[in-house]
Amino acid sequence: MARKLPRKDVVIIGLGWTGSILANELTDEGLDVIAIERGPWRDAPTDFPPNYAQDELRYHIRHELFLRPEQNTFTFRNKMDQTALPIRKWGAFMPPNGVGGGGVHWNAETWRFLPSDFVLRTHLTERYGASFLPDDMTIQDWGVTYDDLEPHYDQFEYLCGTSGAAGNLRGAIQAGGNPFEGPRSRPYPNPPQKQGFGHTLWGKAAQELGYKPFPQPSGNMSQAYTNPLGLHLGPCTYCGFCEWFGCGNYSKASPQTTILPVLIRKSNFSARDNCEVMHINLDRSGKHATGVTFVDTSNVEWEQPADLVILAAFSVFNVQMLLNSNIGKPYDPVANSGVVGRNFTHQAMSSVDGFFDKDKFNFNPFIASGAIGMCIDEFNGDNFDHGPLGFVGGGYLGQVQTNGRPIQSAIVPPGTPKWGAQWKRAVADNYLSTLVGGSIHSSFYSYRDVYLDRDPTYKDRFGRPMMRMTIDFHDNELKAANYLTDKYAEIVHAMGAHQIHKKPRKGPYDITTYQTTHLNGGAVMGVDPKTSVVNRYLQSWDVPNVFVMGASAFPQNAGYNPTGTVCALAYWSADAIRNQYLKNPRPLVDA
Amino acid sequence: MHKRAQAAIFIAVACTSMGFCGVLAEKAVAADGQKFGEIERGRYLAKAADCFACHTVQNSGKPYAGGRPLETPFGSITSPNITPDQETGIGAWTDDQFDNAVRKGVRPDGANLYPAMPYTSYSKMSRKDVMAIRAYLKTVKPIRNAVVTNTLPFPFNIRTGMVAWKALYFKPSEYKPDPHQSAEWNRGAYLVEGAGHCSACHTPRSFLGGEKSAKFLQGATLQGWFAPNITNDNKTGLGKWSDDNIVAYLKTGHNRLSAATGPMAEEVVHSTSTLSDDDLKAIAIYLKSVPGKNTSPEPLSATDPQMVAGKAIYRDTCSACHGLEGKGVSRLFPSLAGSAVAQSNNPTTAIRIILRGARSVATSAEPTAPGMPSFAWQLNNDQIAAVMTYVRNAWGNSGSKVSASAVEKRKADLKSRPD
Amino acid sequence: MEAIADRIIPPDAETPGGKDAGCAVFVDRQLAGPYGQRDGHYNSPPFMNGTKQQGEQGEASPAQQYRKSLDALDRHCRSKFSGKAFAELVDSDKDSVLHGLESGDVSLDGADGKAFFKLALKNIQAGFFADPLYGGNRDLVAWKMIGFPGARYNYLDWIDRHNERFPLPPVGVTGRIDWTPKG
Repeated sequence: MARKLPRKDVVIIGLGWTGSILANELTDEGLDVIAIERGPWRDAPTDFPPNYAQDELRYHIRHELFLRPEQNTFTFRNKMDQTALPIRKWGAFMPPNGVGGGGVHWNAETWRFLPSDFVLRTHLTERYGASFLPDDMTIQDWGVTYDDLEPHYDQFEYLCGTSGAAGNLRGAIQAGGNPFEGPRSRPYPNPPQKQGFGHTLWGKAAQELGYKPFPQPSGNMSQAYTNPLGLHLGPCTYCGFCEWFGCGNYSKASPQTTILPVLIRKSNFSARDNCEVMHINLDRSGKHATGVTFVDTSNVEWEQPADLVILAAFSVFNVQMLLNSNIGKPYDPVANSGVVGRNFTHQAMSSVDGFFDKDKFNFNPFIASGAIGMCIDEFNGDNFDHGPLGFVGGGYLGQVQTNGRPIQSAIVPPGTPKWGAQWKRAVADNYLSTLVGGSIHSSFYSYRDVYLDRDPTYKDRFGRPMMRMTIDFHDNELKAANYLTDKYAEIVHAMGAHQIHKKPRKGPYDITTYQTTHLNGGAVMGVDPKTSVVNRYLQSWDVPNVFVMGASAFPQNAGYNPTGTVCALAYWSADAIRNQYLKNPRPLVDA
Repeated sequence: MHKRAQAAIFIAVACTSMGFCGVLAEKAVAADGQKFGEIERGRYLAKAADCFACHTVQNSGKPYAGGRPLETPFGSITSPNITPDQETGIGAWTDDQFDNAVRKGVRPDGANLYPAMPYTSYSKMSRKDVMAIRAYLKTVKPIRNAVVTNTLPFPFNIRTGMVAWKALYFKPSEYKPDPHQSAEWNRGAYLVEGAGHCSACHTPRSFLGGEKSAKFLQGATLQGWFAPNITNDNKTGLGKWSDDNIVAYLKTGHNRLSAATGPMAEEVVHSTSTLSDDDLKAIAIYLKSVPGKNTSPEPLSATDPQMVAGKAIYRDTCSACHGLEGKGVSRLFPSLAGSAVAQSNNPTTAIRIILRGARSVATSAEPTAPGMPSFAWQLNNDQIAAVMTYVRNAWGNSGSKVSASAVEKRKADLKSRPD
Repeated sequence: MEAIADRIIPPDAETPGGKDAGCAVFVDRQLAGPYGQRDGHYNSPPFMNGTKQQGEQGEASPAQQYRKSLDALDRHCRSKFSGKAFAELVDSDKDSVLHGLESGDVSLDGADGKAFFKLALKNIQAGFFADPLYGGNRDLVAWKMIGFPGARYNYLDWIDRHNERFPLPPVGVTGRIDWTPKG
């Protein structure tokens, strides 16, 4: 029997990026807010100081900062006629845990989606005709436009001190930036990061081939920065221990460096860490949330009553929470009915390794940050004519090598033995003159048979069904991957590589190879409750006092890293809650 | 006296001593409209004097109720309850008794107070200011908390010993403005020498515990820290700090060069961050006028083995935050180049910070509160001594060598300190 | 394990091999610790065989796998090489056994030789390149070999120096010899 706690105005499930943003916005509104986080409190000088944060084995190989599959995991299968088996150790993606969530150990690549990404079905249908799209492709428009989100992208970028070069300032294309980006109202808050030798050479080669390269927008500070909340961040020192690691010197944008120290001083904010929310509680009508039930580490159950519930966990866990709480109709791929779990997507990543003459090229790969690099966007979204190509979508191409950490960087040319004297010699000869980090960051559109639902066999430690992922690549994504990989290889060739290893994404989708943690969908946003779980303000169609943050809202995935868009949506939703919902709690959009 | 006035006074005293602060007291003295102003002034001065810090157990929710153990060279002494509680606090004290305690170090029963209560500094305050503090303290919540204050070991627990001590070290004297100095300077002097009682921590003491006036504000060891030199010394004091730097530090806990941590963090939060900009400026002007020794020793040669090893350690670890040139990042990582703490003649604080790490203070103006991690697990005594020697002699700094045994001494001392 | 490590990473004139670099010590410590017991992984039943894409589904922990496989390996060698255990074979024979395990041509009785080889290869190479505090990469030999400067954190003075060799020696989380004053 759960013990009942004193009522709060707002309960937030998860204290990562979106949880922290919503907590700060709603406490500013004067509300009494509590955040409940499954994992531990995290703080740089105590948990990842710069005298032991730089330990590849501990953090990259043994995954110390991530969720333990033992605490919660998913089951996986490629196709509906297979039996899903548990993901016993992470491979294809690395779910976060703890205060700060993925914001603690992300690369900090901070992109905006294209204007066309938000009206994808309308746009592609207009340009290529409806029959150009595969029948089972379930892409849809988002219900918000790039223009709706622009001020909130700006808000997040200034919160973070994003380091970049504007490409489109209020409609005027700027040299040195991304000419394809949507118009931004003002420049980035910080100049772009510096680039290493490999990144610079790649950019030059791309330019000579006629492309418009630009520095990757980075949440690693190019200089000391004070954000609008008065928090100070230090300059990134290019340590090469960025993604999957906590930042030891306050130079990576995270909830810890950009929000939490201000948030925790507020008397109307409190947080519980190491407490796992079991489900959102609904009243008898099933249409109104009364709060949440959570379990602490002593296995005691508590009820936290609240008037407003913000679901701000990692995307797949948001979907799991909705299903566990009977919010929304679960998706049935056979009947093609229901919405919760529908339009699940990942990212289709390819890469190209370049091997160069060691006497002429020294890339010092260990001098880098998580979001360093030069990119081109000519092959993203619908920036190019897909008509003759037979696929839709694309992604940015970037030379974004982030590190030279030796366990993962002992890359040898294809054909080299995997061990022995030749291997050893090849590692020594190639370490400084090999360019990995060739990133082809393709989109992953949504399909009828790629979805999330509840596993029939495997349960988590509380007896709740695990989430089952049914996911495989479709021809569209694999075609795009091949095309983009060839384009990328041309650039590496132009740089002067003597050997190139193309690694286009190949099916079947494999749970053992890392492909970013950009898992999206399952609780998508939209204008029609028949094909979406939340409305354009991220408000649940079924339970109007529940708002669901995160990439679970993406109806399909674009060719960019998601965090910029996830947080812009969080600010957009917070704005709607503050200015529309709170005065008169109600469904904000007519169904 | 007029009967009505007598009644009013009776009500006022009765009300305040029973804790019916505010309404009734105001009504009783409504004719005398200055009372409220005096309480406000008293609150301000109580913060300047930081009564709260010593007379409150941290995080107890019992402000001014005493019971906080204070470490002295002679043992631990416990602060008394100064809430208006009749039996266990000072609710029954008269004005004169309060003044005698604060400015003369004498209790109502005639016994002497130990100078853990810094009456040697408070003596400089005017009676008017002390009465304002009293007026404020009368309005705080009376809390029943009987404190055994004399927890010092024998022979220090014999208060009559204080008579001789006072003869040596104490001459009650109210502050007299210096006519050759500006009003601002005099205000600063009044605050620093009086309510602020800065010398209680920042002036070294003789073995009998009296302040060495010849070394006024030149730094002192206490509670396992070295409270730095806050004269205008260009190496070990505030010589490189502008007035604005000093004001920013006292007001927010941070400035371009440094950050408050340890006992000073507490001081900033409860005391100086609440003072007016004018008062902080006055303090800055006064401190900058206290001359330093301004010695300029030659920096150690770069080939000294400690310098060579220290440079390697610095580059490999410390530079992550303190920068390749030792300059740090403004209001985030203190600057070691030009740092008074780093070049201090007494390296206690620097060693402690390297061993234990340090969390800088969070204030509303400066909420970041960056922390430095502990290096005790990573560097042995020789290495800590080497990197300290290097930092003390790099980038234009100069300072004496630090030995491994000095580090070991600190480690031994820190064993008994949980924080 | 030392014998295997020295064939995976043979010694040469410039750089020690896996044995002297401490790779076997590394593996030993890893197996004795949380990694060896698959701490944190989802280790609950039912265990079922899946597709390659579904990853490892076996019941055995790395510690168990090593124990079983090393036993079986020696039994195999003794039976094929006149009673000699793996460590007693000449290098070329060791290599052929390892190649056989890798390809699957050599099967072990009661153990999955191919899976074991893959695991051991991964662990030995990780031990070679990990921070020396874990037992391998002794004296930072692997990092010296490739030119990785180690657990450093500030390269602000080098980000703009393109195509130049970084001059400082590698350092681990527990330091390097230059940290101790000489004399």
